[in-house]
Amino acid sequence: MASQPVLERDQIAPPAPRPHKRPWYRSRAAKGALYASPAALFVLAFFVIPLVLVGQMSASEWPLIQGNQGINLPDNYANMTDDRLFWPAVWFTIKYTVIVVVLLLGLAMAMALLVQRRRRGVGLLRTAYFLPVSLGLASAALLFWGFYSPSIGPIDPILESLGLIDEPIRWLGTPNMALASTVFLIVWKFAGFFMLILLVGLQAIPGEVYEAARVDGASRVQTFFRVTLPLLRPSIALCLIISVTGSLLAFDQFFILTNGGPDNSTVTVVMLLYRKAFRQFDLGTAAALSIVILVVLLIINIAQFRLLRRGSEG
Amino acid sequence: MATMGMRNAIGNTSFWVFGGGLAIMFLVPLVWTTVASVSPHGATAQQEGYGFGNYGTLMDYDAGLPRYLWNSSYVTILTVVFVLALSILGGYAFARFRFPGRDVLFLLIIAILMVPYVTVLVPLWVMFGEIGLRNSLLGVAIVLTLYQLPFGMFMMRISFEAVPKELEESALVDGCGTFGVLTRIMLRAVWPGMITVGLFAFLFAWNDFIAPLFLISDSSQFPLPLAIATLRQQTMGAIDFGATQAGVVVMALPCLILFVLLQRHYVRGFMSGALKG
Repeated sequence: MASQPVLERDQIAPPAPRPHKRPWYRSRAAKGALYASPAALFVLAFFVIPLVLVGQMSASEWPLIQGNQGINLPDNYANMTDDRLFWPAVWFTIKYTVIVVVLLLGLAMAMALLVQRRRRGVGLLRTAYFLPVSLGLASAALLFWGFYSPSIGPIDPILESLGLIDEPIRWLGTPNMALASTVFLIVWKFAGFFMLILLVGLQAIPGEVYEAARVDGASRVQTFFRVTLPLLRPSIALCLIISVTGSLLAFDQFFILTNGGPDNSTVTVVMLLYRKAFRQFDLGTAAALSIVILVVLLIINIAQFRLLRRGSEG
Repeated sequence: MATMGMRNAIGNTSFWVFGGGLAIMFLVPLVWTTVASVSPHGATAQQEGYGFGNYGTLMDYDAGLPRYLWNSSYVTILTVVFVLALSILGGYAFARFRFPGRDVLFLLIIAILMVPYVTVLVPLWVMFGEIGLRNSLLGVAIVLTLYQLPFGMFMMRISFEAVPKELEESALVDGCGTFGVLTRIMLRAVWPGMITVGLFAFLFAWNDFIAPLFLISDSSQFPLPLAIATLRQQTMGAIDFGATQAGVVVMALPCLILFVLLQRHYVRGFMSGALKG
């Protein structure tokens, strides 16, 4: 059917001179592929091949120094839970994630609501909230390591001079204090980051929506729960994905502040992996652990993406 | 009218009490570390009065502060250059060309975000050992580039897509090749995106701790965060808190300055929806 008119035209008019046929490598598609090829090669060499290798390593006996000693499937996976710190580390990582996500997103939301409207001085507040974000996590952890230390920490002397405490608080000395102190560091460091994401979301809500809510006689609290929160759902889901992923992979902050202590009470899953690889020299089990982490994160993130999509549809 | 004024005044006061209190909470640790780095403490080089003794300790520690500053700068420059080069060429390709494997490649690059750092670092430790990139800052820069690539590629792609096609077509008619279009026309149009991508890559590379921790064992090759973290736990019992805080200030200063100067470009990273991918 489609070729019919073309045939007719060919019969009427003399065949048009064929355009000079370009060789394939001069075509536009080839040029596009050429521009994308550095990134493609890079991703192949340093992402795809390592992922294949980590799969092989997780199925092999692979001591740090000697290297590949052959397939031992499924020993690395089966023996993973033999480490007496495995379940405590999993439990601690989950507990830490729940606490951080709730506190972090709660505070970030309060801060975003506080500074969402333009008024005098609001820019200064936004900048103050955001400054810690530009610091590195390791720098921030080292800062707080001094801040909490009994030698130069500023909080104990102030509390002592006010007569509120008799002896220094052991900010990192007990399991619960170490967790609380680390959570404070993380909230301090990242609240501004999530505030910014929520702020962008808040400012995308058209003013007419609030106007309509006001005309309908909705109170401020009603407006927040019935109008703002539902419309903000994609931004909240995004914050959730980033903060949950980041917390489940927590490492720097505990490595620097507590090094897993006291009494291994703050060993996270990633710290367990680091110790497996570079303290116990067992790369095979470390690889297996990293694959388990990857799969768990994929499942959690797919679940959260679903939430995100439903949010933007509704 | 009077009650309205009253309510506004109360609203304003609570805004400033709550908002200002929070601001102080966020600023106190930053102010404290600056003061602590020049304050006298026992068991540090700064024994009496205020001064830069702790910075002196840092200057002479192990391979010396200049060496660590250079290591960090080197990793950061390499990462920024790699990320920009790959994502400018790739972003241009994704935005303006159709070629086989285009969508698969883009998805693959975004998928990097789904894979935890450590899952890639363990096999890369082995691979880099075989190709001589273990204990090398180039190896660290490669890992950092990999993890900045999703954001960089997304950002550059939407930057190129936002350039009007007419701009490009007139240049093509004038006899420019596609590469000439890129260098003479497109780059001028997408430079704000380039600054955003470069800034994110800078902050990430300058501050990263895990990649060098996994890949570098020779302390003269340490970037700053790893060097400072090692300094503080060097000798049992003799922890130098003062020098640690001096190190925090040295690490934080470039980030704070860049951030204050380029705040607008940083925020663009969020506005673009790049993080919503």
